[in-house]
Amino acid sequence: MANQSYDAIVVGSGISGGWAAKELTEKGLKVLLLERGPNVEHVKDYKTATLPPWEVPHRGRRTQEMLENHPNLRRDYVLNELNLDWWAHESDSPYVEEKPFTWFRGYQVGGRSLLWGRQSYRLADVDFEANAKEGIAVDWPIRYKDLAPWYSYVEKFAGISGNKDGLDILPDGEFMPPMPMNCVEKDAAERIKAHYKGARHWIMGRPANITQPLPGRVGCQYRNKCSLGCPFGGYFSTQASTLPAAVATGNLTLRPWSIVRRLIYDKDTQKATGVEVLDAETNQTVEYDAKIIFLCASAFNSTAILMRTATDIWPGGLGSSSGELGHNVMDHHFRLGARGTIDGYEDKYYFGRRPTGLYIPRFRNLDGEKRDYLRGFGYQGGASRSGWNRDVAELNFGAPMKEALTEPGPWSIGFTAFGEILPYHDNHIRLSDSVKDKWGMEALVMNAEIKENEKNMRKDMMADAAEMLEVAGFKDVQTYDSGYTFGQGIHEMGTARMGRDPKSSVLNGNNQVWDAKNVFVTDGAAMTSAAAQNPSLTYMAMTARAAAFAVEELKKRNL
Amino acid sequence: MVGATAILTGCSPDKQIEGLNFGPDDITFLDELGDTIIPETDTPGAKAVGIGSFIVMMVKDTYNADQQKAFVDGLNMIRKEFKSEKGTDFVGAPAEDRLAYLNGLYEQYKTSENKEPQVINMLRDLTVLGYFSSEIGATQALNYVEVPGRYDGCIDYNKGDKAYAIG
Repeated sequence: MANQSYDAIVVGSGISGGWAAKELTEKGLKVLLLERGPNVEHVKDYKTATLPPWEVPHRGRRTQEMLENHPNLRRDYVLNELNLDWWAHESDSPYVEEKPFTWFRGYQVGGRSLLWGRQSYRLADVDFEANAKEGIAVDWPIRYKDLAPWYSYVEKFAGISGNKDGLDILPDGEFMPPMPMNCVEKDAAERIKAHYKGARHWIMGRPANITQPLPGRVGCQYRNKCSLGCPFGGYFSTQASTLPAAVATGNLTLRPWSIVRRLIYDKDTQKATGVEVLDAETNQTVEYDAKIIFLCASAFNSTAILMRTATDIWPGGLGSSSGELGHNVMDHHFRLGARGTIDGYEDKYYFGRRPTGLYIPRFRNLDGEKRDYLRGFGYQGGASRSGWNRDVAELNFGAPMKEALTEPGPWSIGFTAFGEILPYHDNHIRLSDSVKDKWGMEALVMNAEIKENEKNMRKDMMADAAEMLEVAGFKDVQTYDSGYTFGQGIHEMGTARMGRDPKSSVLNGNNQVWDAKNVFVTDGAAMTSAAAQNPSLTYMAMTARAAAFAVEELKKRNL
Repeated sequence: MVGATAILTGCSPDKQIEGLNFGPDDITFLDELGDTIIPETDTPGAKAVGIGSFIVMMVKDTYNADQQKAFVDGLNMIRKEFKSEKGTDFVGAPAEDRLAYLNGLYEQYKTSENKEPQVINMLRDLTVLGYFSSEIGATQALNYVEVPGRYDGCIDYNKGDKAYAIG
């Protein structure tokens, strides 16, 4: 029996896959969108999104059962009783930590687009040029100007709020009106501007939370419960944004519970002809054919699929002829910064729960400065008044303590630094030859670490935060470093990088696999360097750009 | 006060909690402890939100074995020592005596090097959590804004205005 056939298959339904499905269906292609996990329907399946605090069983605390069952998720904030079903279960989907590695995955329709931090920043020229200028890894095959129109295109549709700050290091985009700073932040930002004479900036964050309505989306209601799914469509997710657009074309088939084991490769045409799918519910293997395939399964899973493909020709899999498949693992190293308090704003407060904070764009190693490390870092943070969940040192129990806690506490501020990790060839992932997941697929082995460059950078990341807080008028300034394990930034990048030469890169400048031109990888795997900015907006832009290219190539019969 | 050792050496006929078997009397005891920490004022106190049952549920579900033991031993210690100091059960004792006793324990906790007895901080933590995240606590003692709908970064705050239930 012939396989069911589509114009295009998209593997993965997160931020990148949702965009691929939207773009390809809107251009008239019949698209099969494969998702390894269950469906999550917009609004209907946001089961905890409107729960009042008193209906949350443990009021957000972790049970012993959760801690025992989730030895990996417990390493960070992600272990939460309200959205536990949306994080991949480590016992079903194990991985091997040859070096300590934290891997937080979202295995359901929408992937981590439901859960992401929504900070949406463009990369700049300095980011695309850095590898070439410094002789690190390989040069990006694209520059900012190649991606700029696509950033604009995806920003308009996704809905990014932000201020046009006019900074070269962090190009402005097509923004909806920014969310405001609070009184403390506003004054502090002014002091920073004056002190550093425009060399450092505290700007409003640019989240994919909409401050004006979009079709089918009401807009942000300032509940700050984004990671539970938003019934108002207040933030960009596959469900709120790209999936409805793809469905509306009538060209989309969405198939949940579909784990792609490998691509089917034809060595005569040097193209993939389809995908081999394991139905996660029935354990049956099914094959689907397509003219083009978009791998958007999240960086490491897209690479794992390539590693399992065409192993009769290349033992390391499709794309391994470069020697770089699985290599150059990147993330953002973080979990350190500074905190402080401030007096004098006791008569000021705010209304609403803003789902973003401030951003401090990179300021190191620019304009000729040379630190004892390459690249730089940015910060996320903000100021707020503490609430009932605080200590009141001078009070014990009884009515005075109760009354004190019913009023807002002191103002405090905190910033966390996010630093660039260089692409090191020896930071790699590979398929395990012994450990398998619940479905019998080879687990991934993680072997990545931060090195001298990042460790040197971390000193500045902490010290600069403290210096700026003092400059901005804060007191009791304390630095902190909670420690970082690779992957904890949940910004996995690299392992199938773009480049200019098939001998040293897996993908070309259009995200095509050099060894199979009808296979496109447009998620974090494609990143040639990491920059310091949150990466998802770049995946959106790369995906839309690659989809437009793919359809043109199909029309020209080049694929 | 000598903490847990008092239980080992004591020969009080008083009821002691064993394992995690909290009976109705123990819930009442916890309700009164909670209500001493957060009493009724112009808004209801912790007893009104069923703090005793909440604390028991949290101790069973979220505490590890060591924490559970410290909690139960500590609770037994409080029950016994309060009676030997004041000559009456905690439940039913005058509110001032109960408050003075618990404040004393908390002072001891805050100033001791190894933060003992832990139970008093556990009681404070779970009472504050359970009360301010309850419907009464969130909507009466605090300002519960379910759907703000907008963000205003800079408004005037007047002394006495309530803090938000959700930060």
